[in-house]
Amino acid sequence: METILDIAGLTKVYPGGLKALDGVDLQIRRGEIFALLGPNGAGKTTLIGAVCGIVRVTGGSIHAFGHDLSHHWRDARRRIGLVPQELGFDMFDTVERQVAYSRGLFGCAPDPARIEEVLRSLSLWDKRKEQIRALSGGMKRRVLIAKALSHDPELLFLDEPTAGVDVELRRDMWRQIDRLRDQGVTVILTTHYIEEAQEMADRVGVIDKGRLLLVDDKDAIMARLGRTEARFRLAVPLADVPDSLCAYPLHLEDDGMTLAYRGGDGAGKGKAEIAAIAQALAKADVAYVALDQKESSLEDIFVGLVEEGAAA
Amino acid sequence: MIGWRSTYAIYRNELSRFMRTVFGSLVSPVLTTSLYFIVFGAAIGGRMSDVGGVDYGAFIVPGLLMLTLLSESTSNASFGIYMPRFTGAIYELLSAPVGVGETLLGFVGAAATKSLILASVILLTATLFVDYSIAHPFYALVFIVLVSASFSLLGFILGIWAEGFEKLQMVPMLILTPLTFLGGTFYSIDMLSEPWRTIALFNPIVYLVNGLRWTFYGQADVSIGVSLGLTLAFLATCIAIIAWIFRSGWRLRS
Repeated sequence: METILDIAGLTKVYPGGLKALDGVDLQIRRGEIFALLGPNGAGKTTLIGAVCGIVRVTGGSIHAFGHDLSHHWRDARRRIGLVPQELGFDMFDTVERQVAYSRGLFGCAPDPARIEEVLRSLSLWDKRKEQIRALSGGMKRRVLIAKALSHDPELLFLDEPTAGVDVELRRDMWRQIDRLRDQGVTVILTTHYIEEAQEMADRVGVIDKGRLLLVDDKDAIMARLGRTEARFRLAVPLADVPDSLCAYPLHLEDDGMTLAYRGGDGAGKGKAEIAAIAQALAKADVAYVALDQKESSLEDIFVGLVEEGAAA
Repeated sequence: MIGWRSTYAIYRNELSRFMRTVFGSLVSPVLTTSLYFIVFGAAIGGRMSDVGGVDYGAFIVPGLLMLTLLSESTSNASFGIYMPRFTGAIYELLSAPVGVGETLLGFVGAAATKSLILASVILLTATLFVDYSIAHPFYALVFIVLVSASFSLLGFILGIWAEGFEKLQMVPMLILTPLTFLGGTFYSIDMLSEPWRTIALFNPIVYLVNGLRWTFYGQADVSIGVSLGLTLAFLATCIAIIAWIFRSGWRLRS
């Protein structure tokens, strides 16, 4: 698939000596939704800022649409949109004019029909004549998105799009991103909500302390690192795992009171195995009084990776 | 290469910001200037003799115009670029396909346009109080445009340098206004005795006020060539500083 953004050896050291980015290599494919996952201060915003021209990089290179950004930044930036984390606009201006201004700023000819389309898609059309300061927090955030979409970017950065917004708006934002995917827009979003990455992304990158720890397809990560756990609480303690169940990754806990399973592949294998184990237990006349089952989420994987990274 | 659409977008956005506050932006300088005309022109001017054959009330018109142009150009442009830095809206400008050319033409062009509107309003106001004439209207226009542009550039630099509203006001209040008052706005420096006359010649504002006065009455304390030359040199210096700011990203890019 075509690479739309190619980052190589990107390093950023702030004047204070803080190393925000430490040799980041990352390729983004056209049309994908990429989630950059990491704790606060991991370097997510710095990475976005480096591509969008807000942060001056210390080393490394960035190619967007096949052009070196340090030379052909004008052409590249015209095709890139940015929704920042913080609200930042002229609060006293009207919604409509601010969005039209953004379009012009990015070198596009005025197009009231397109502006209307963008405003309608974000439910801002009814508010178009209002001053931005009169809008609710969620609406203000939508204005930021409208501004970023006003020049029809091919590559869109969303920096923590759902930080501090309520559940409803977050769902709404996910629908927006889905719509962008349908339109073929490449989206790079940063988040520290794992749920969001799991819900939205095609691929996930985990970043911590300025280093990319892992980049892979979301499904592949789940398959590689995803696990299903089950705990059968037994009526009578067992001394050993029954022979008929030797094929499964089982072990006994709590002095034989609990039969624990840990395995699977993050897809469906774990659940199927647990069902088979339940049937085998019934056949072997082993009674159990309770059954807990849990899928390890991207969150567990993420926490594990960050802890590993910290230990390394 | 200049992105004209981007430039126009910045220019229009700045002017629309001006139009939102047009009443306050125009009323305050017009009121101040009117007070000067009433106090210095009518009340005191009546007891003053002509200055170099020009009625005192008419004599102070170019100086007062310069006083307003300098302070308004500087503060308009400095607020124009400082506000996005303050609100965070600067991110958009930095991520947009605009460079130093678009930014300067947009912000400084808008600030200079405001100054020109203001200059027209003040000259109209002046006709209410005094009789004056403009000997060289073309040069007057050129000079007003040059001064507006130069001091809008200065304001732009201040707006990038300032880290708070207090600093934003410091240079206009503490340097520009005193220098303008001492720069022959209300008097000809030929009226001064030595060494004050020589000292006054080190005040760059003297050349601006006298340059504008020459375009009005065809005579001034210093030659028009020197005035024009100094204004152009100042303009070039400001552009050079701003080009450096953009290349280095100073106070703009982290």
